[in-house]
Amino acid sequence: MIVGELSPGEIRNRLDGPGLRIRIGPIVTEIRSSFPAIHSAIALHYAAHRAADDGEFADFHVSVLPPSGPRRWIRPTATFRFENAPPFQPLPAEQAFPLLEWGLNWCMATQCHQYLIIHAAVLERRGRALVMPAPPGSGKSTLCAALVARGWRLLSDELALIDVASGEVVPMPRPISLKNDSIDVVGRFWTDAAMSPVVHETLKGSVVHVRPPATSVALSTTTALPGWIVLPRYRAGEAARLAALSKGSTLMQLVESAFNYSMHGRRGFNVLADFIDASACFEFSYGGDLAEAVLTFETLAGAA
Amino acid sequence: MTPPSPDLLAAALHDVDAVASERYPHWEELVRRAREANLLGTLGAQLADRRLLDAVPVAPRANLIAAQIQSEAQERAVRREVRELARALGPAGVPVVLLKGAAYLYARLPAARGRVFSDVDILVPKDRLVDVESALMQSGFITTHHHPYDQRYYRKWMHELPPMQHVKRLTILDVHHAIVPETARAHPDSALLLRDAVALPDVPGFAVLAPVDMVLHCATHLFHDEDFGHAPRDLVDFDALVRHFGRDEAFWPALLSRAEELELGRMLYYALRWASRIHRTPVPPEMLIGAARFAPAFPVRPLMDSLLGPALRPTGARASTRWARRALYVRGHWLKMPPHLLAWHLAAKAMRRKEE
Repeated sequence: MIVGELSPGEIRNRLDGPGLRIRIGPIVTEIRSSFPAIHSAIALHYAAHRAADDGEFADFHVSVLPPSGPRRWIRPTATFRFENAPPFQPLPAEQAFPLLEWGLNWCMATQCHQYLIIHAAVLERRGRALVMPAPPGSGKSTLCAALVARGWRLLSDELALIDVASGEVVPMPRPISLKNDSIDVVGRFWTDAAMSPVVHETLKGSVVHVRPPATSVALSTTTALPGWIVLPRYRAGEAARLAALSKGSTLMQLVESAFNYSMHGRRGFNVLADFIDASACFEFSYGGDLAEAVLTFETLAGAA
Repeated sequence: MTPPSPDLLAAALHDVDAVASERYPHWEELVRRAREANLLGTLGAQLADRRLLDAVPVAPRANLIAAQIQSEAQERAVRREVRELARALGPAGVPVVLLKGAAYLYARLPAARGRVFSDVDILVPKDRLVDVESALMQSGFITTHHHPYDQRYYRKWMHELPPMQHVKRLTILDVHHAIVPETARAHPDSALLLRDAVALPDVPGFAVLAPVDMVLHCATHLFHDEDFGHAPRDLVDFDALVRHFGRDEAFWPALLSRAEELELGRMLYYALRWASRIHRTPVPPEMLIGAARFAPAFPVRPLMDSLLGPALRPTGARASTRWARRALYVRGHWLKMPPHLLAWHLAAKAMRRKEE
């Protein structure tokens, strides 16, 4: 059964009660929350995800809840908890859903060390992974949303999970997070994108989440082979330009973007080096023209 | 399906054969408790050592493997850190005793298998603290607490320097000169600990505590601290140490007399009592009776029993565990310093919160 087959009342009852168990890629997470904003956001963004059966093993247990006692009325806040412990400070209650999403990223990045985890967006075309590692502000999520809008399969907009045994990328499709100016840029390009309401004044400015396509979620168990590694760089007003990048520089950049590279020791180096050897590596600068950017990637994928 | 017992994790750690099966009904609860207690790597290592990981269902197995990768990485990091410390402190010619995790690792004890390692803890003679601190600063360690009050708090009242952090490696080092705060009621003599420490053949100038002292330090860390969040993990350490050293018959009488000598009898009493209750640690019955002379009197004894039961179990989801840990947090401060100092310390902290 998928989450979208549950009625809004049933979704609310589970989230507010024993927890709603959702399979997100290789991980089953039990989520609890009493915030109506989270109830509706989960119904929207996770509609195509599988609701895990009763008795199915849940890897993680998380909650986003208001404080107990009278404090909840004075200054409403939301606290994220992982296995009963809050890893971060509470945030204003309006930010409950972004907090849940950031919390889930944190769980994956700090627990799933069976994978080599890189801070990157990953998409797929013809069985091959396009990995875009990048620091914030590079336009990674904007590009990711644009490519998904034009039919690329979403594996993740934040975390590339590389299976250390097979060297393939494991999908973990979740809502794409957009910030500030890119909200309108993507909105104009992807007119029928399903977005939750904009949340203002977060640590990252204004944020919005975009629902991952059901087709991407349905292929959650289909891994992707190494294809292309592209380092995006947003430069206002510039024309799109793709330039080859050496394997060495690409390795340095991926190590920089990895969450748990050192944890894998020598094997981590070998897995990453093999992954880069099997990928074509580029730098991509663009000035915000998404149609032009998508065309560049279509050409790249077609030529491969 | 029977509901999981509160000692599910302890039972699994001591009998991994019983859980390594598709039919074991409590995998989710077991992984959850083990993660909460920072013992997932330990459970994974126990299963791997008995070649039972493949018998674990796929989903929990992935979690165990992830935790093992993490603890192996932490083990490598601790070894690198000890090598760097040996290089930094070698020229100063100060005797250095490794404590806790790093000590278990270098003494090749079963307690180190799959364990989570975070900071490195060392014990040095108090009269050499200045040399140690300056040698560490020259090798790139700086203090983490910059507020003058914190500096004074550590240097005047505590049993350690303010934690130091390496500027490049970002590792945290705790430099102790005693195993309980200066202001505490008990005064275990550090000179005895240093005198009887056992030199490490692989690291010149470095040693670990003698077995009895290592066990007593573990019990003290467990029951003297105000933070009981780590207690389930520390009790597993205690159990592993006692199982290992307790095979030597001479260990037991030496343990009791050393506890008396170091004024740590009460800590030993609690540790033996609760390790044998929760982990079924093999403690000779006459030792349990012998340690009973260190027990507190009525009404403290039943009160502590009612708090320690929930606090020592990795069941943070239960209100009883949370409340017991809060009460023990208050008790920890009571043990740490006399009331007038405590009042002063809490007032200073409260004033600072206002400033910030």
